[in-house]
Amino acid sequence: MSDKILVIGGGFAGLTAACEAAEMGYDVAIVEREDYLGGRVAQLNKYFPKLCPPTCGLEINFKRVRTNPKITFYTRSQVESVSGGAGDYTVKVKVNPKFTTPQCMNCKPGEEAATTEMPNSFNFGMDTRKGIYLPHPMAYPNQCVMDASVAQSDEGKTIAEAMPDGHVDLSQASETIDLNVGAIIVATGWDPYDATKMDNLCFGRYENIITNMMMERMASPSGPTEGKILRPSDNEPPKTIGFVQCAGSRDENHLSYCSYICCMATLKQITYVREQYPDAQVYVFYIDIRSPGRKYENFYSKVKADDKVKFIKGKVAEVQEGSSNNIVLVAEDTIGGGKVQQEVELAVLATGMQPTGAKVQIPGIQYDADGFVIPQEGIIPCGCAKRPIDVVSSAQSATAAALKAVQTIVRRAG
Amino acid sequence: MSKNIGVYIYTGDGIKEAVDIDKLIEVATSEMSASVAKADDNLYSPAGIEMVKKDVETEGLNAVVIAGVSPRYEFDGFKFDGVYVEKVGMRELVVWSHKIADDDENADTKKEHVQELAEDYIRMAVTRAQKAEMPVPDKMENPSDRILVIGGGITGMTAAIEAAEAGYKAMIVEREAQLGGFAAKLRKQVPLGPDYSSLAPRVADELISKVNSNPNIEVKLATEIARIANVPGEYRVSLKDAGTKSEWDAPVPLTDEEKLDENGNELSAEDQKKKYDEKNEGRQEYTEVDPNAEVFGAVVVASGWKPYVPQEGEFERLSWGNPNVVTNVQFEELAKNGKIVRPSDGKEVKSVAFIQSPGGKDDDADFPYASHVTNLVSLKQAKYVREDYPEDGKAYIFYQHMRTPGQYEYFYKGLQDDAGIYLTKGAVTEVKDNGQGGLNVSVENTLLGDSISVDVDMVVLATGMVPTTRDEAVVNLAYRQGPAFKELELFGGYCDSNFICFPYETRRTGIYAAGGVHRSMTIEEAIEDAAGAALKAIQCLKAASEGHAVHPRTWDHDYPDFYFQRCTQCKRCTEECPFGALDDDEKGTPKPNPTRCRRCGTCMGACPERIIGFKDYNIDVIGSMIKAIEVPDDDEDKLRMVVFACENDAYPCLDMAAAKGYWWSPLVRVIPVRCLGSVNVAWIKDAMSSGMDGALLLGCRFGDDYQCHFVKGSELANRRMENVAETLNSLGMEPERVKLAQVAIDEYDKVPEIINNFVDEVMAMGPNPFKGW
Repeated sequence: MSDKILVIGGGFAGLTAACEAAEMGYDVAIVEREDYLGGRVAQLNKYFPKLCPPTCGLEINFKRVRTNPKITFYTRSQVESVSGGAGDYTVKVKVNPKFTTPQCMNCKPGEEAATTEMPNSFNFGMDTRKGIYLPHPMAYPNQCVMDASVAQSDEGKTIAEAMPDGHVDLSQASETIDLNVGAIIVATGWDPYDATKMDNLCFGRYENIITNMMMERMASPSGPTEGKILRPSDNEPPKTIGFVQCAGSRDENHLSYCSYICCMATLKQITYVREQYPDAQVYVFYIDIRSPGRKYENFYSKVKADDKVKFIKGKVAEVQEGSSNNIVLVAEDTIGGGKVQQEVELAVLATGMQPTGAKVQIPGIQYDADGFVIPQEGIIPCGCAKRPIDVVSSAQSATAAALKAVQTIVRRAG
Repeated sequence: MSKNIGVYIYTGDGIKEAVDIDKLIEVATSEMSASVAKADDNLYSPAGIEMVKKDVETEGLNAVVIAGVSPRYEFDGFKFDGVYVEKVGMRELVVWSHKIADDDENADTKKEHVQELAEDYIRMAVTRAQKAEMPVPDKMENPSDRILVIGGGITGMTAAIEAAEAGYKAMIVEREAQLGGFAAKLRKQVPLGPDYSSLAPRVADELISKVNSNPNIEVKLATEIARIANVPGEYRVSLKDAGTKSEWDAPVPLTDEEKLDENGNELSAEDQKKKYDEKNEGRQEYTEVDPNAEVFGAVVVASGWKPYVPQEGEFERLSWGNPNVVTNVQFEELAKNGKIVRPSDGKEVKSVAFIQSPGGKDDDADFPYASHVTNLVSLKQAKYVREDYPEDGKAYIFYQHMRTPGQYEYFYKGLQDDAGIYLTKGAVTEVKDNGQGGLNVSVENTLLGDSISVDVDMVVLATGMVPTTRDEAVVNLAYRQGPAFKELELFGGYCDSNFICFPYETRRTGIYAAGGVHRSMTIEEAIEDAAGAALKAIQCLKAASEGHAVHPRTWDHDYPDFYFQRCTQCKRCTEECPFGALDDDEKGTPKPNPTRCRRCGTCMGACPERIIGFKDYNIDVIGSMIKAIEVPDDDEDKLRMVVFACENDAYPCLDMAAAKGYWWSPLVRVIPVRCLGSVNVAWIKDAMSSGMDGALLLGCRFGDDYQCHFVKGSELANRRMENVAETLNSLGMEPERVKLAQVAIDEYDKVPEIINNFVDEVMAMGPNPFKGW
């Protein structure tokens, strides 16, 4: 029996669940696959509809983690399996080496000594990083981490020599630890749906097609373009931008469900574009604009009032390359009738959310056909591991999950 | 109490290359009288921590200063029982933000500036360590473990069950004579989870029996809240029969308008009191204690929503007023009562049009307070028509945007297979009597062709769900600031204070909203939300018994202390507290309520007598830090400015700017503050009277989309700065020497410029004329 709670995933839902459970007085462990806490939210530039920076709320949650001795976390780690039952689970966690120690708090010499440049996955490969790096400027923990491939090379030794004593440890190896917990909160979140899977939308074939998550990084001051929205082909400001809604979502061949957030994300990204480029023309191809509820409907109304934004009801069926690396979006206009062809300088695919369970499933946890986690007593999904939702609903879902976890332990303790 | 202080300076990460460490040690020991001062390249290593620990033991240190990396990054090695630890981010605030190029021709002068900066931060940190005291938590003895749930609908019942299942007691207070709310009045409901393909039975019935059989849940039907008095942990709640008046009804303060006479002049205190008494005739003062009150530790507000009922003449184009045009709630009632028949003549209803959007061709917005719920309900109700008339029943759903987010898409898809349900986008331009007892609906721009016209037996308007908190106080608090939540009009009447990251923050500690008062949500969503609110209510009880704050300063065991002898009853603190934590007595002396307090310090910032403070954060602590800054009195190149930075946003923003290598003027000294709302004008005066040349406040955005976690902090500070400007003016000083700038946490590319522009402006004004006095 254990009265400890495990939270799988340290994104916004996981962090919230962990803090809430710890603030109820329970010991909590977070296991996070990335090198930092904060998950997808850390990659966002702004939240809709307030247009406030996600790092603000993360900062408060990091402070809750830092100041609460009841919370421990493992980054660059994965849960390999779950066994046992409610009140008494054994969880195997693989903790991978970072090759640095907590003493390294974004010390610079390692990065300066490193030479190999590699694609920066935090920015979806739009720029590069070194083999030792701080995952992103707001990363928590604020610790440099090293790529395993670099650590095992001669470059790793050069880096190690350049770094202060005690900051680096090339001898680290991955280890598997057993955690005994009473309840498990699954907050494994989502990945952006792989845009290359939609052949007709030509992502990866034409340079000036990006995804909505790439747009977030581009618009962020810490992104590859330091916040400037630019065409990848020539780094020029785009004068026309097309948003392709339901890129994968509400589509039997890809994600059958609605990903909930992509309409609002597009409306938000339109405000990024319009703020930077007062003359830019925006086109949105959609099936329905899903901006449910008063706050979201008001936000939609505001964007709609902009005469540089044109909404076209029609799903993009085909994409071609136009002149000067422009993109031609072809859709059937379901109201006006006929085919619409719109040439744009930059196309943004509003790709949906796919639960991580669609690709990687943890033995001992149950998933539905889409990869969402099915609740069981003691195994409680929340956030986007449970259903596609926005951040506010994630926070609610995570808070509720914390209570369910506590109840599991209370019940078992009799 | 005199402190025995140890100062430990981290010298790695470029610190020792940038500053003269020996001099810093000299400042710490000789000038600031630290007992121990040491520098270490590996301060954060296990050996470094051990060294400090040993000193604490052998030297009997009761305060430690760690000068090194930003306090935001430090891992938790430096924690010693009973020892105050002050951390100062030398690396970010001094070294990384003030890099000097090797070939800089003014390198020597610049180095001097950086050295002075570092020395000042040591002085400030040691001063803080000297002045700050360890908090002693105010623990409430035996807080109540009962949770009051307002509302007995799905949300309220779930909250009570969830709290009970976690080991707490709950009482549901429901205005109606039975439990269940709207969810009990449904024929069927949208499914609660997979499988989404068909309608589900009511979940309310099951919840009602769960509530009734749970020994830890009490239910009061046909009952309302007269008032909720006192504090989280020990709320004293007066109940009354629904619809009746009670002497314990919470009194309502005068509005700003009511405080004025017919000419717009403020009424005298006496007249205001008279008017207040008239307004609240028959009601006990808010400070009075009801001997028969029930005691609770925390409250869940689940009073839900009420249907949006169009007024007479509203939606004229849609023939609202015709008996066969009904709202979705009215249609549900018909469906619940049996086979659906036409209101006008009782005829079988073979065809129904469901309208989602009233704006015709001009506006594609749904009805006011509509949401995905109203769309889902229309889909569900379309299915009723098909259930009642499977042979020839027809349902038309006209929408501008069908909003079935997430897996609700499966519910929508399931309906598309029904040949009797016609779904189309379109602008409904007119509904009119067709002269045959039914209605004719005209729709343009549809997916089925340009425009269509159909005859139906009934029309259902998918009107929205209005939160009860929009029009009623609901919680009826006996608080000085009045019975209701503040400024909910910013959120359309929904009970919210920080939409997005922290949805359970309300502006009244101990009171947590869920369900329809929170947002328009489905039953499935409300059930989840209720569990979240129940957890927050339980946490609040725990916090009260352990004597710490609740979110967002959960770890804070301190609380504000008042030196009442000097209180002038100016009422600023009681009025400005964003959380209504302060009540007052007849004279207007504030009465602090620690368990209502969020520890933002807004009261401290407001107090002109400087009598409010915390053990480790008060007028003297910060004032002394300011005075510890060395101000050269005859060097025009060495002006000094203080920057008060909000510790949640502006300060991390500076950290990031430093890490990114941005440079800002070495003439400023940064002091992190809990919230700009806590900045007392006294600190500005301290700065100016000690010869400093300017003060800059960096805080969060304010306005409708405010980002301040204490709601009003930066906005209040901004207002106070207007008074400061007047004072400076009267002293013959430029008011521009004090400025407030709004900065978001991610604007690290902008914050150095904000600081540097400010420094340039002050430099242009020249030194503080009172320097050296």
